[in-house]
Amino acid sequence: MSTPSGGTHDIRITDTTLRDGSHAMAHQFTEAQVRSTVYALDRAGVEVIEVTHGDGLGGSSFNYGFSAEDEIKLVAAAVDEATTAEIAVLLVPGIGTREELRMAFDVGARVARIATHCTEADVSIQHFGLASELGMETVGFLMMAHRTTPEELARQARIMVDAGAQCVYCVDSAGALVLDTAQVRVEAIVREIGDQAQVGFHGHQNLSLGVANSVLAYRNGARQIDGALCALGAGAGNAPTEVLAATFDKMGIDTGVNVAGVLAAAEEVVKPYLPRWPSMDRNAIVQGYAGVYSSFLLHAERAALRYGVAAHDILARVGELGYVGGQEDMIIDVAIQLAQDNAG
Amino acid sequence: MSPPKVTAAIVGPGNIGTDLLAKLRRAESIEVGYVVGVVESDGLARARSLGIEASAEGVDWLLRQRPLPEIVFEATSAAAHRANAPKYAAAGIQAVDLTPAHLGPMVCPPVNLARHLAEPNVSMITCGGQATIPMVYAVSRVTPVPYAEIVASVSSRSAGPGTRANIDEFTHTTSRAVAEIGGAARGKAIIILNPVEPPMIMRDTVFCMIGADVDEAAITTSIHQVADQVREYVPGYALRAEPQFDQPRAEWGGHGRVAVFLEVKGNGDYLPEYAGNLDIMTAAAARVGDLMASAKLKAGSR
Repeated sequence: MSTPSGGTHDIRITDTTLRDGSHAMAHQFTEAQVRSTVYALDRAGVEVIEVTHGDGLGGSSFNYGFSAEDEIKLVAAAVDEATTAEIAVLLVPGIGTREELRMAFDVGARVARIATHCTEADVSIQHFGLASELGMETVGFLMMAHRTTPEELARQARIMVDAGAQCVYCVDSAGALVLDTAQVRVEAIVREIGDQAQVGFHGHQNLSLGVANSVLAYRNGARQIDGALCALGAGAGNAPTEVLAATFDKMGIDTGVNVAGVLAAAEEVVKPYLPRWPSMDRNAIVQGYAGVYSSFLLHAERAALRYGVAAHDILARVGELGYVGGQEDMIIDVAIQLAQDNAG
Repeated sequence: MSPPKVTAAIVGPGNIGTDLLAKLRRAESIEVGYVVGVVESDGLARARSLGIEASAEGVDWLLRQRPLPEIVFEATSAAAHRANAPKYAAAGIQAVDLTPAHLGPMVCPPVNLARHLAEPNVSMITCGGQATIPMVYAVSRVTPVPYAEIVASVSSRSAGPGTRANIDEFTHTTSRAVAEIGGAARGKAIIILNPVEPPMIMRDTVFCMIGADVDEAAITTSIHQVADQVREYVPGYALRAEPQFDQPRAEWGGHGRVAVFLEVKGNGDYLPEYAGNLDIMTAAAARVGDLMASAKLKAGSR
């Protein structure tokens, strides 16, 4: 198994403003927004740009929210706008299928990121198979990494590498990893797959540690790091691409990203269309603290309004029940049960 | 003298086959005469301990037995069923297929079983399909459903290697069946595996797009009626709350939505209670087989 091409920089940053940010945008990205964001990221030297519904290919649904625009059309627009950056797509088996991956490939997506819950890597094998067959670069995405041990995470990463992943990410979907717990997970994955594949880290800001965890991940061998402009992403948002670029640059770690370029992209392109700046408010902190999938935030806020209960109570309960990414329907269920408890 | 019964066989003595055997032993019109595998196993030993003829010599052994079974339940794999189905057909044996082969019409007992009781081969769809299609049908028989979406959440422990290696096939088959059998114009299916301990009981959510001016009370009544019908063969099939109606929204194309939240607790016959996804397959298959057998007895020479 070869590691991804390039490798001319110390780290490769993948920007996911147009995928993880889709959660914060309630999946209402327009083609114009996609084009202007890709244009700015590409010119700033970001090498990989992810464009998909927040829940991955095929995510447009009642459960996760319908996309304003067909995501394949948005992927095609991103491919059209990029001059050097590759366009990545996310696929969560169980939500999307190989059919959608093929459609994304047909319009020019060249990086396939296959995401599973951190203990369920074996559902991704058929998707890595197709991605490899199509000649796409392959990335495995082990979500909610705080929910399992470093050893188990490494074992799951091995399953993905054996299936064809050229890189496996430790994904802190809940923003629940706190320095040491991030570090040991990256370390364990590097130990298991480091001679065959790269390791990546995807951080969230719920406990404000997205950037710090990313730096620790690099120090422990991670070579691909995710960010989003203006932190646009689920929960309190992602490790901000512009902060990652500035921090790594200041530490003398080469990302190939032009700091002034991504600062301009954040300030002048993304900030004007932000519905709200993702923030570490009570609900987001509860997510990091209780280990709740970050994308649940807006769904919990909506269910809270509809059923007259507190969003942070819903999120805390969701954490206790151990729901995983994709179980957005359970938020409504929890809200109904809480409303009944309050009435009773 | 006990009432006459139809002789049946179970092919595939694994967890599913063993749970199915427990259910069929309570069936009114079926007597399991044979259990068949291809290697010696705990499942075959259990069948023998119940006094049932069991063999590791496969379907060819089964077809040499007299009397021949009139109904066979296939709980092997899609590939095995594709190989076996022509042999059953040639011998005039009806097949109830629990594998993902989907050679015959897809059946869901409260929705369309009556039409397919005489089919030589019927497919039990998928676990998520058996759990959710009755609810889509309950809505679509009252009002047009331009789109239905189901989310099945199952315990990781209850998802076997076959399901895991072929998760796209689950998604495709269930989506198709939600539309074709459930009666929605378009269908979408999502499956989530959750590893939480203790294992979570199967949960299913059914979202149906509906018109702006629908009779909500009629839909709610229909949902409860069909849920009662499913409960006849899956006692642990329950609505977590009353159906939830959401008002029309622009992003739903001006449609409204009804959402049904289900919990499917298994009967705990052989499979654990949390594995409602597996239980509803064996329970539905037992139901299908029992009604096929009953039809044979009514029509037949006995």
